[in-house]
Amino acid sequence: MLKINDLHASVEDKAILRGINIEVKPGEVHAIMGPNGSGKSTLASVIAGKEEYEVDSGEILLDGENIDELSAEERAHKGIFMSFQYPVEIPGVSVTNFMKTAINETRKAQGLEEMPANEMLKLIRQKSELLDIDRKFLSRSLNEGFSGGEKKRNEIFQMAMLEPKLAILDETDSGLDIDALRIVANGVNKLRSKDNAVIVITHYQRLLDYIVPDYVHVLYEGRIVKSGTKELAHELEAKGYDWIKEEIKVS
Amino acid sequence: MSKAVVKEHPLKEKLVSSFMAFEETIDVDSPVHDIRIEALKTFEDKGFPSKREEAWKYTSLNAILKHDYTVFPKVDASLDYSKVRDYFVHDMDSYKIVFVDGKYSSHLSQTTHEGIDVCLMSSALTKPKYQLIIQRYFNKTAAKDGLSSLNTAFSNEGAYIHIPKNKVVEKPIQIIHFATGNEAALMLQPRNLIVAEENSYVQIIERHQSLTDHPVLTNSVTEIFANKRAIVDYYKLQNDKEGASLIDNTYVEQKQESVARIHTFSFGGKLTRNNLNFYQNGERIDSTLKGITIIGNKQHVDHHTLVHHIEPNCESHQDYKGIYGDAATGVFNGKVIVEKEAQKTNAFQANNNVLLSDKASINTKPQLEIFADDVKCSHGCTIGQLDESAMFYLRSRGIPEKEAKALLMYAFGNNVLNSVKIPELKQRITKLIAEKLGVNIGFDL
Repeated sequence: MLKINDLHASVEDKAILRGINIEVKPGEVHAIMGPNGSGKSTLASVIAGKEEYEVDSGEILLDGENIDELSAEERAHKGIFMSFQYPVEIPGVSVTNFMKTAINETRKAQGLEEMPANEMLKLIRQKSELLDIDRKFLSRSLNEGFSGGEKKRNEIFQMAMLEPKLAILDETDSGLDIDALRIVANGVNKLRSKDNAVIVITHYQRLLDYIVPDYVHVLYEGRIVKSGTKELAHELEAKGYDWIKEEIKVS
Repeated sequence: MSKAVVKEHPLKEKLVSSFMAFEETIDVDSPVHDIRIEALKTFEDKGFPSKREEAWKYTSLNAILKHDYTVFPKVDASLDYSKVRDYFVHDMDSYKIVFVDGKYSSHLSQTTHEGIDVCLMSSALTKPKYQLIIQRYFNKTAAKDGLSSLNTAFSNEGAYIHIPKNKVVEKPIQIIHFATGNEAALMLQPRNLIVAEENSYVQIIERHQSLTDHPVLTNSVTEIFANKRAIVDYYKLQNDKEGASLIDNTYVEQKQESVARIHTFSFGGKLTRNNLNFYQNGERIDSTLKGITIIGNKQHVDHHTLVHHIEPNCESHQDYKGIYGDAATGVFNGKVIVEKEAQKTNAFQANNNVLLSDKASINTKPQLEIFADDVKCSHGCTIGQLDESAMFYLRSRGIPEKEAKALLMYAFGNNVLNSVKIPELKQRITKLIAEKLGVNIGFDL
């Protein structure tokens, strides 16, 4: 589904990603871990199409198609979704209105009719129950005055509404208490299928107890320096990142 | 000593010299005519404002005063309702006072004398039964500056609305001035008087609409009186053609515990100057001044507001949002005067702007003159661009760039739009905003 080949990317002429290789197949969950500043969030933003990031070389293929030239909205239309580490507050746009616009613009781009209002409301009800979201919450301005947990839950609610092919969860666990973490993880798990894939970006292993990865990659200084299965995450939790840094120095 | 010979502005000369012809069309024996003659003298003395005056520093009238305007259209133009239907808020029941090239159009209008008076200024100025009201209110709040005096000198036609004590008017009243431009360039000077007596309620929508590409200049004066506990909701919808300019002089005088709310939606026209003045003559008065401006090309919109707090325990709320694209220019000058006696005043003012291009500009200036010591006055103005991180957030959810921009801009003006109390009007403005932003999305839900 997603294939990244020798990806180099920079922001304001500062190289951040220095040759990333990764392949994600349908139905898989990949975790990307690493110390602060290793390039995890950059990788997520580059896949999602943030314009400040310059792809210097390499390619990102979605179902075999190079998406480098596509805008953020075009990538969304093709099924890429990123859950933001810091969701933006947008006063004056309600959660419902936002979702309605996002879904209908996506449908428009896919050559489909707009979703009838009653169907939309039904979908909203269904998905908000899945994330244990209060209906009143949906008429509030997007993320404005939301707690950290509410923001993250709202991100996964959007994911549930948009049903992406590839979901990238950027530090979705940060700022969550254990109950919120469980709700969010539970929501993600319910949305998993053999046709979609999830990339979980996290600093800590704790989210991976709930969203169990098939593969774990360690990102350090813009490269994936180690890959393994979920046991690697436990090892990192126990030993920290220093041993990996040491390993790299040695090699 | 010899006096320097000042060359008069050709349009000023033309207007002054046409006054005699104007006198032939009106009742010169009425007491109002003395007011007109006095006003003409003031105009002769003061003339048009120039950029040398502080209040006109950022708005030059030169370009719009250079045309050879017809000041009294000779041809009576008639309009088919089907052709102008879109300029009405037509999906609701309302009273209508409609003028075409300054003349009353009876077939487009729907006036009334049942319980309230919604009719013509020309009849109010001449018929004995209105004399008391006219004596009491006509030209009592309008400033004695050049432009308002010019309007007063030629005042004859416009809307006259009188709401008696305790009367709640259910239907909104629409005042629409059309300019057909059958004759080349046209100058109009409508004069409106609105009196809401004690404990009454009225909603009014005002619009000036050119139907031609010829230059049109409207110099309008509206006097509004909200007596004790009256509520007046007044909406100005400014979305005129590229050749049309408007100088709107509106004066609101309020008595104790009255509420007056004026919303101004400025979406187009060559030059728009809104002189909006509030005078609070009583305690516990509430004045609201809100506006959304969305313009592009080389359009210019200037909001000059004044709130004069004269007595204690009153409030004023100003909230103006501006979105300027292309080479559009904007001005906001918000003056608040709090007299020494006006203790416990609560005056709030905000002016937030978004510039969409490098060539667009806004000059914004709060002007507070506070002589009382126990007051709460706040003001703030911002100028910014659209938030890039918000744009990426919306786009990453599949909302295309143009629509994402529009959504953010709509959200930016949302709290002004939310206080519009007529649902049909709100819907109309929402549609206009989408149109201005070039998108086809429904913002509501």
